Amino acid sequence: MDLFEYQARDMFEKHGVPVLAGAIATTPEQARAAAEQIGPKSGGVTVVKAQVKTGGRGKAGGVKVTKSPDEAQAAAEAILGMDIKGHTVGTVMIAQGARIAEEYYFSILLDRANRTYLAMCSKEGGMEIEQLAVERPEALARVAVDPNTGIDAAKAQEIVDAAGFDEGDKAAIADVIQKLWTVYREEDATLVEVNPLVKTEDGDIVALDGKVSLDLNADFRHADHAALEDKAAADPLEAAAKEKGLNYVKLDGSVGIIGNGAGLVMSTLDVVAYAGEEFGVQKPANFLDIGGGASAEVMANGLHIILGDEQVKSVFVNVFGGITSCDAVANGIVGALDKLGDEATKPLVVRLDGNNVEEGRRILQERNHPLVTIEPTMDGAARRAAELASQA
Amino acid sequence: MAIFLNADSKVIVQGMTGSEGMKHTQRMLKSGTDIVGGVNPRKAGTTVDFEGGVSVPVYGTVKEAIEATGANVSVIFVPAQFTKAAAVEAIDAEIPLAVVITEGVAVKDTAEFYNYAKDKGTTRIVGPNCPGLITPGVSNAGIIPADISGTGRIGLVSKSGTLTYQMMYELRDFGFSSAVGIGGDPIIGTTHIDCLEAFQNDPDTDAIVMIGEIGGDAEERAAAYIKEHVTKPVVGYVAGFTAPEGKTMGHAGAIVSGSSGTAQAKKEALEAAGVRVGKTPSETADLMREIMKDLAK
Repeated sequence: MDLFEYQARDMFEKHGVPVLAGAIATTPEQARAAAEQIGPKSGGVTVVKAQVKTGGRGKAGGVKVTKSPDEAQAAAEAILGMDIKGHTVGTVMIAQGARIAEEYYFSILLDRANRTYLAMCSKEGGMEIEQLAVERPEALARVAVDPNTGIDAAKAQEIVDAAGFDEGDKAAIADVIQKLWTVYREEDATLVEVNPLVKTEDGDIVALDGKVSLDLNADFRHADHAALEDKAAADPLEAAAKEKGLNYVKLDGSVGIIGNGAGLVMSTLDVVAYAGEEFGVQKPANFLDIGGGASAEVMANGLHIILGDEQVKSVFVNVFGGITSCDAVANGIVGALDKLGDEATKPLVVRLDGNNVEEGRRILQERNHPLVTIEPTMDGAARRAAELASQA
Repeated sequence: MAIFLNADSKVIVQGMTGSEGMKHTQRMLKSGTDIVGGVNPRKAGTTVDFEGGVSVPVYGTVKEAIEATGANVSVIFVPAQFTKAAAVEAIDAEIPLAVVITEGVAVKDTAEFYNYAKDKGTTRIVGPNCPGLITPGVSNAGIIPADISGTGRIGLVSKSGTLTYQMMYELRDFGFSSAVGIGGDPIIGTTHIDCLEAFQNDPDTDAIVMIGEIGGDAEERAAAYIKEHVTKPVVGYVAGFTAPEGKTMGHAGAIVSGSSGTAQAKKEALEAAGVRVGKTPSETADLMREIMKDLAK
């Protein structure tokens, strides 16, 4: 889960990382009030920043330096509601102004290839780091971090040495880096990025903009993380699925997909997209993994979500019974259709294989539901589902 | 001979007395696995009876279980919150192979126990979030159904459980030397490359199926490895061509970030290494079928 800048700022503050004063606003009036509070800390200057989970907001006009509460209000008026790369701005942060002497870059992230963490640091911050990595890779220090020893004083020293900071700045920067490591470790982050990390004209090191991604699998250790979720931005079908504990991602095609196992469901989407090319470009409407135990209830919940998607014209149920028994899946489908009654109006193509498949197919045949077609293979079923979607 | 798991494998189950552990221990026993013990400190000294008249002793620690039975494989079924502790216990006891089935393990926990194992150098980790591995007809450490396919000379390595089952089903007419589900998390203990190397060195394996999916660059690195080191024929399959950018597709590691981790890039890297890549699981199986028929000539 990616955090908004203001959430990252608050998290930094909690762990002692130096940040500037900031407050959020969802209306121009709130922005004005915040500027009245914060402005005096920096000679009346505040920065109004769009809160969006994407880069490039500066170029898009989502960041404005203002010199008075009036200006802050006007800036918020302009920025709120702005579209930045498909993200509508609903919140701005009013931040204290800073007199910047130098801009640096620092991040800690997961290194999947080496199965460690990686610290990246540069004296040249402010720009897009992907660009720096390509254009001047020698300016970006990369230091491996052992997950069990982390960034202690020696490792922080190694990082600031590798980045080539001036001797006089190293101690202060190393101290901030150790505090950012605390954020990474204690909050179960998979990314902590500060761009820019700045030195002010007074010589202070401050995290001016932050990006944090959190590991949802670690939520059992962090009761407070649930509140950081941006519920307003979630797709309504995804939100409804989540409520039911379903692993669902909304896509924009016409063939609803239900399957078991993440890999098989991803594969099902691809196979439907290939088959759909022949039938007026039918595409998968969603990802839905019902996991191991496909009970009637889980199947009914899944079908309910998918049939609630207006774009869906047909549904493909693709199950390989590994642990799951196909008769349980078949009973799940029949039970779900009975439970849904008149709500079930779209054709269902079912492909079952694996554990107890004969019994599963027999149950479906016996029930002989007018909406259900049984297909023996995954590729054949995908074609049939795409064809049915094209005819609807 | 197969890879990682053979007739000499003596298996213990951490979390055997839980409901998942019980269910799958029963299934492993049924498929011929030599299950020599379970681990649960609160039930040490007791035994658990399974169908078929098998009685499995429960030990207080992995160390005690190894001392009493000579166990060399542990399958871990404990809940995600306790997985790191269970893995560390297995690593401390120097079990040669620890198979972590549990899904939803925090990536920090995996990073910590994986590196702990790496530094100690005595335990291979498979998983987490994986179905485990099977050497059909010989031993089964995990949850892969044993009745999908029998023994044969194809090696299989896959990030996905159900695609492992699907591929074993498609190629059941040829059978498998070993099939390894390595798991779909961002950090995993055993990689495609580890399995490719083992299959390349395994005299019972003639050809290899490699199944990947979006996220990270493990497939690209595997492709580079194949080009340099693998002489046996390899066919590949990659899932997730239609996955949108920035969305996690079920597996914690299955995410396209910006332009990295796409299925297309993985397919191209594999093909550039001489690997034939199928568009669908069935087509991939057909490619392997052709290879096996050619090898039989």
